[in-house]
Amino acid sequence: MDLYIPLFVAVPLGGAFLSAIIGHFLKRFGRIFTSVILAFLTGLSLFLIFTVREPLVLKVGGWELLGKIPIAIYMVIDGLSIYMLLIINLIGFLSAFYSISYMKKFTAENNYYTLFCIMTAGMNGVVISGDIFNIYVFMEMAAISSYALVAFGIEKEELEASFKYQVLGGMSSLFILLGIGLLYWSTSTLNIADVSRIIFSNGKSELIIFAQVILLAGFGLKAAMIPFHAWLPDAHSSAPSPISSMLSGVLIKAIGAYVILRLFFNMFAITYDVSLVITIIGTLSMVTGVLLAIGQWDIKRLLAYHSISQMGYVILGVGIGMLVLAKNGDRSVATLSIAGGLFHLFNHAVFKGLLFLNAGAVEYETGIRDMKKLGGLSEKMPVTASTSLSASMSISGIPPFNGFFSKLIIIIAAIQAGYYVLSILAVFVSIITLASFLKVQRFTFFNKKSSGLESSGISVREVPFTMCFSMIFLAVLCIVLSLMIIPSVREIILTPAVDVLVNAGKYSATVLGY
Amino acid sequence: MIIYLLCIFLFLVGLYGVVAKRNLIKIVIGLAIMEYSVNLFLILIGYVKGGAAPIRSGEMADKAFTNFVDPLPQAMVLTAIVIGLATTALLLAIAIRIYKKYGTFDIREIKNLKG
Amino acid sequence: MKGMTVIVKKVTELMCGVIFLYGIYIIIHGHLTPGGGFAGGVIIAGSFILLILSFGSDFLALKKEETGSSLIESSAILTFLIIAVLGMIIGGTGVFFKNFLPGGTIGKLISAGVIPLYNIAIGMEVAAAILTIFLALLIYKDEVLK
Repeated sequence: MDLYIPLFVAVPLGGAFLSAIIGHFLKRFGRIFTSVILAFLTGLSLFLIFTVREPLVLKVGGWELLGKIPIAIYMVIDGLSIYMLLIINLIGFLSAFYSISYMKKFTAENNYYTLFCIMTAGMNGVVISGDIFNIYVFMEMAAISSYALVAFGIEKEELEASFKYQVLGGMSSLFILLGIGLLYWSTSTLNIADVSRIIFSNGKSELIIFAQVILLAGFGLKAAMIPFHAWLPDAHSSAPSPISSMLSGVLIKAIGAYVILRLFFNMFAITYDVSLVITIIGTLSMVTGVLLAIGQWDIKRLLAYHSISQMGYVILGVGIGMLVLAKNGDRSVATLSIAGGLFHLFNHAVFKGLLFLNAGAVEYETGIRDMKKLGGLSEKMPVTASTSLSASMSISGIPPFNGFFSKLIIIIAAIQAGYYVLSILAVFVSIITLASFLKVQRFTFFNKKSSGLESSGISVREVPFTMCFSMIFLAVLCIVLSLMIIPSVREIILTPAVDVLVNAGKYSATVLGY
Repeated sequence: MIIYLLCIFLFLVGLYGVVAKRNLIKIVIGLAIMEYSVNLFLILIGYVKGGAAPIRSGEMADKAFTNFVDPLPQAMVLTAIVIGLATTALLLAIAIRIYKKYGTFDIREIKNLKG
Repeated sequence: MKGMTVIVKKVTELMCGVIFLYGIYIIIHGHLTPGGGFAGGVIIAGSFILLILSFGSDFLALKKEETGSSLIESSAILTFLIIAVLGMIIGGTGVFFKNFLPGGTIGKLISAGVIPLYNIAIGMEVAAAILTIFLALLIYKDEVLK
């Protein structure tokens, strides 16, 4: 079983450079090969979800423990890792399949697919690595290729957004590196499990607390939490649409939220102060993101602001769980809250990915992103309009869709834990989200056809097959994921991931084996 | 201790460059200075006064494993330098492209995107 | 880009072969002495960059050169990855990055199993990558000046 772990990095990397080489001679190679690779990895992660019960540990290079010192780089797959791998590769596959038609108008298509594969490999690497410096390296791999992908259109806006994103991203990476250095200084190890063992036995020194703050700032910037959100709306709205859907749907989760969860649950012992900070950041992001989104008329910019808000829900759910755990409260409430957060993470990847793909389809046909100039597209583009409707209902929490259930779980958990204000805020934000998406639906798809679109004389049709396929697949997932509330389904997919976080102290023992 | 503080001072010099300067190239230089300060800090962590190279062969084979320089931060710094090279190269490439589109390196004139 | 004066050209002519060989020396002694794939690769790329800087790039087809160097870069990374994956297959242990060749005696040139092979792959990759970056920046500069 351990054999499968390195494949998640090796296969996309190999695919990236194969498509760079063969793409010189065979123009269409990268286009198809990327989708094949990512479909394979999606299948592999589904297979692992159904078979793996115990965490898999791979020691790179075959170096065993030297006494009690882990000298190898560890690669660990546990419940949370598999859950994230499934999200990354699924959304990656659908975005790559969507790109087949969408990217035809761009030159240098092969470079696009090479960067796409490297980005996926980086995110997979972050999720499976059990070593904090390795996380940094894979994170940079994903981040640098995303900088290049944001600038892929090489127009004025893209370049400006990419430069902004790179400067802020580079600074956050330096903070993270500094934090890793401080951590190494005080514990003399980089292995997450070993650091956690040392912190549990020796307690936290001031140096470790300082490292904690710096790491929270660094990864918070990568996850675009509220005080650090300035780059997100520019970068996510300027990128090509499949890349926007990868960035919003997966990247900020894999290299931002996931690492925060992994480090602050499994590596640093949970304390009340840190959980309070995380909860406050989550709440602020949730409320401010949606307030900033109200006034937007650029469709992709609006979606980007909603990403901040919805990630706030995820962090809020997990933060409440942390608070309950830190106060030694009722563990079932913590479990419920964390489950809600992680469930919302998956849901957000699905519906936000879909919404960006819809925006891309509209832009592909009309070339317009300003909602004031759009209108009446529902007759001409039925697939785009109906899938967009289901995604909008899902993000604003209308009952049969998945977004409703995850938000409901978070709100119930907040009430059970006694944070009534937070639950009211969550409901309030959900209502504003609904209003905001009613605006999107009305002005883009259901309004009378606008004069601007009419006079420009663009003949609007439904988008090509590969784009339709990805959108329909995600729209179906929007409903199917609601099944996750059925206990037997939840047991398989969600519960292992939640267990890793709730039983945070067990991580080091299971990975190290002593 | 003073040497660690100097490291932090260098970090702040870089941060000043990123925050206060208005020329794209100067911002890139500021980022590079920040990166060097972090690299210097990592090297300092592994430094042992009078320590030998961490190779266990030849004349060093018999000596006890006591006074050696820590090789792990050096490996980390080497990796960080490679990553920094990639970041800087990409930043400069984008900066040149921006110059081509806008005809200036001044960030006050490059503001098509609002906040 | 224009070349430099005759003095620079002559000195470069004499030096760049030596620099290139020094880079190769650093790469193949990577497991014995300080340096290795990255440092040696940078030195090799430096010799090429020195040539282009002193003789100018007017007689080069820059796009073609860039394509060639990025092809070498991709194949070098692929070689690295293949060696790493071979470690999983050979010996049947299923360990990523397994050192599957015999270690040899410490201090000899041919020793340390597959590590020299990794160094050579990294050296090729870094040399080609830095040359690619340099050429790309050169191409952009020419575009901007037009």
